[in-house]
Amino acid sequence: MDIHELLAEEIGSATIGVLTTMLALEAEAGPPTLSAVETGPSHGVAAIVGVAGPYSGTGSVVCTETVACRLAGAMLMSEYDSVNEDVLDAMGEIANMVIGNIKTNLEERFGAMALTTPTVIHGGDFSTRASGKNTWTVVPFTTGGDGFFVQMMLVEKAGRVSSGPAMPVAVAL
Amino acid sequence: MAVDILIVDDSAAIRKILQRVLYQAEVPVGKIFEANDGAEALDVLKQNRVGLILSDINMPNMDGLQLLGELKGAASAHKDVPIVMITTEGSQAKVMEAVNLGAVGYVRKPFTAEQIKEKLVGLI
Repeated sequence: MDIHELLAEEIGSATIGVLTTMLALEAEAGPPTLSAVETGPSHGVAAIVGVAGPYSGTGSVVCTETVACRLAGAMLMSEYDSVNEDVLDAMGEIANMVIGNIKTNLEERFGAMALTTPTVIHGGDFSTRASGKNTWTVVPFTTGGDGFFVQMMLVEKAGRVSSGPAMPVAVAL
Repeated sequence: MAVDILIVDDSAAIRKILQRVLYQAEVPVGKIFEANDGAEALDVLKQNRVGLILSDINMPNMDGLQLLGELKGAASAHKDVPIVMITTEGSQAKVMEAVNLGAVGYVRKPFTAEQIKEKLVGLI
């Protein structure tokens, strides 16, 4: 199993675990793909967590504003018509739990890794990219008719990335 | 007798969920204080005494393990307060570090209300 197959499997189980346990939502993973850039809508919310250690990289949860409001509403048992602090905080925590659980599971294979606190980007006409030419493992999810993406890029420290977490850069289009 | 509780987590969403679980847990909960990180928690504890602390690990400014070290230190006025870690940091090394520093329990996120209630048995 290569790193992308491993990440796809971990993203699937961690995301479904978080949605089922904390949001009481059923979710289904679509077929994973590989991408040179982070995938998802250029308008909406991107919640990003960095990982550093023997392997370093970035994971993110990306969705539209509507889906972010629905995910936050399910988590907090509230209704949100627009993105506010509660929604952004909930999206950050969802990313933290998903990427944190992937990190913990990967530590058995790769050794101890550290996790950054989440960064959440909200707005229109943005894209995110990590430094270097790395490949993202992208898994699309659907829940109750809504779609969102969970993706991760992870490379061996001795390879192409620095010792610090590869935090993405938001780029205005 | 109702027990005052301090919840330490940089996510307001998680603090809100934990409050809801505590009120639903059929345990005698008194006041619930909140802090965004370890440093804020120490500020809260300068003014208030609590009977239980629920704390995340991965937080800015002062993380949960640093807070644990401060509260379980020889000079601390809160060294007898039970502290349960509630965190995504689920590695064996982190669990052992928290236990060695004095944590009485460890719950990995994502958690169910039942998992939190089970940890409260005997603490409240």
